[in-house]
Amino acid sequence: MEIKTATASQEVKQQREVILSVRGLKKYFPITSGIIVQRQVGAVKAVDSVDFDVYKGETLGLVGESGCGKSTTGRTVLQLYRPTAGSVQFEGEELTTLRGDELRRIRRRMQIIFQDPFASLNPRMTVGNIVSEPLIIHNVYNKKQRREFVEELLVKVGLNPFYINRYPHEFSGGQRQRIGIARALALNPSFIVADEPISALDVSIQAQVVNLLEDLQKELNLTYLFIAHDLSMVRHICDRVAVMYLGKIVEIGPTSMVYNNPLHPYTQSLLSAVPVPDPTVEEKRQRIILGGDVPSPANPPKGCNFNTRCPVAMDYCYQEPDPELLEIEPEHFVACHRVT
Amino acid sequence: MGVLLEVNDLVTRFYTQEGIVYAVNGVSYTLNEGETLGIVGESGSGKSVHALSMLGLIPMPPGKIERGSVVFQGRDLVKLSKDEMRLVRGAEIAMIFQDPMTSLNPVLTVGTQLTEGLKLHLGMNQAQADRRAAELLDMVGIPDARKRLANYPHQFSGGMRQRVMIAIGLSCNPKLLIADEPTTALDVTIQAQIIELVKRLRDELKMAMIWITHDLGVVAGLADTIQVMYAGRIVERGPIRAVFDNPRSAYTLGLLNSLPRVDAEGGGGRLHQIEGSPPDMRIEPIGDSFAPRNPLYRTERCFTEIPPLRQVEDSVPGHLVAAWYDLPALRKQHEMEKSKHGN
Repeated sequence: MEIKTATASQEVKQQREVILSVRGLKKYFPITSGIIVQRQVGAVKAVDSVDFDVYKGETLGLVGESGCGKSTTGRTVLQLYRPTAGSVQFEGEELTTLRGDELRRIRRRMQIIFQDPFASLNPRMTVGNIVSEPLIIHNVYNKKQRREFVEELLVKVGLNPFYINRYPHEFSGGQRQRIGIARALALNPSFIVADEPISALDVSIQAQVVNLLEDLQKELNLTYLFIAHDLSMVRHICDRVAVMYLGKIVEIGPTSMVYNNPLHPYTQSLLSAVPVPDPTVEEKRQRIILGGDVPSPANPPKGCNFNTRCPVAMDYCYQEPDPELLEIEPEHFVACHRVT
Repeated sequence: MGVLLEVNDLVTRFYTQEGIVYAVNGVSYTLNEGETLGIVGESGSGKSVHALSMLGLIPMPPGKIERGSVVFQGRDLVKLSKDEMRLVRGAEIAMIFQDPMTSLNPVLTVGTQLTEGLKLHLGMNQAQADRRAAELLDMVGIPDARKRLANYPHQFSGGMRQRVMIAIGLSCNPKLLIADEPTTALDVTIQAQIIELVKRLRDELKMAMIWITHDLGVVAGLADTIQVMYAGRIVERGPIRAVFDNPRSAYTLGLLNSLPRVDAEGGGGRLHQIEGSPPDMRIEPIGDSFAPRNPLYRTERCFTEIPPLRQVEDSVPGHLVAAWYDLPALRKQHEMEKSKHGN
């Protein structure tokens, strides 16, 4: 029986094309001391050995609390931060060794949408200039073609092309996020990192932007790495989810498996902490309330990373090294001594 | 239970260079002793401004309370002088804000900020105030409370700072705690800690609470009564179950439908979306402000006349809605038409 399911999952894996493959990715930020001569006295281990694959056409959710390294992971994947160690393969090409023009060429294929639609658009540029800037940098189309293409893009993201000469401050938050999406789509990428794209928006606008992202994904066969802390939205939009804690992935698997059968105690408490908009359900819900705060990534605890807050930690969780991700059921991986 | 707070036709406007901002446009409600009221709305709905108006915390100018009264334990707060108001604020009504970093003074120790109110409102001397401050920090779950009184705000994490804010808020045993998005800046696991704490303290101290948020989930787990605000008005209000199970305003229904749930299979379908954007608050509303975004249920009248907040006829007492249309009847009609087209 076990062998059968293992082969079945292998077959599923073979059918899907891996677009992005991340192995042993680390990003440490140095902590320095001294005013004139700066010595490195430590490191913030923002991302500490992360492995995952993203399949073509899917949405992988990356969730976790602030400071867990989810945004840093997204940016390191895109080489906006150069990794301390590890490998990032995108469409078969190793990105970590690319430099200059080679890197710029590959960047056409991967883009980012930022969280804050106010800070991520230059207030002195018109919408047309913002959206056509990537086309100019990569020397795509002549001036007339560019304008037509930008108008097309604006229509695609649900904005009136009539607004092409307006400035960002003339738009609402939701509309600005649409401008950011149009800019990300300008070079026809295959992979987009969406870094908390809806958390700065009003509730009634969030659904609009999420629907737009889903429509565009279908239409353009896009692959998303969706970074978020809103676990309800992640359940709706993602095919698979990775849960991060203190720079590491503690659980990863298909969305329905992770949500219906969370195995890591951190995932369990995280899911139980999310409020549900239904008073009848809320009344009966049992919460697993975690004590304390996330430890500093400059000084992670000995043993399992999660042992300072874990409600089920045993002696060996403090003594043995941090657990590795292991496949518990097909495609569902967990890093926890208590589970494996 | 007696009435603790009575808000009557409160209107607040801001006279800015870009024109008049119609922030709060006639808000009336009552709050009973010990009741928890959850106020839900988006940015610009007037939910925060109306609370700040009640406490005299609106910068004037440009702000101005045009009319209305806020009767708290028999006194109209709008008519109080600044000095009289100061004695109410912090003592009888306390407020906690979204961002605990900006609402605590960074250059004063937590102990100084905690004892300030105790000395002012309760007339304690320094030793008494210090003792009480340590008790308060202990009550909100800050370990090693006595030592931490000497710490500055930056030495606490976000969740701990919000606990400090709650301790300050509760220091003078207020009858009413107004919390304005107190958990929005916090992570979900920390939010869960804070909500558990507030629920426990509310029950122990038997105080009334107004919890202002955009998160319907938080309200569902915490409040007795929910009040939905849009464009400076109450569009729906009632006992929590009645409103969630049987929403009568198209805005409430739209919000509930647009939320994905962590406890239900997502997958496949599109989210229900409310079209358009929130209204420009510089235009004085003349009708139902939600009408432009409500193509399914609006009527002609929605554009020309402001609907009054009235009792829903076939629901529990206290379930109020401001709408010209009959939502359940229209929904039934739509469903019947849909199934006809389906066949």
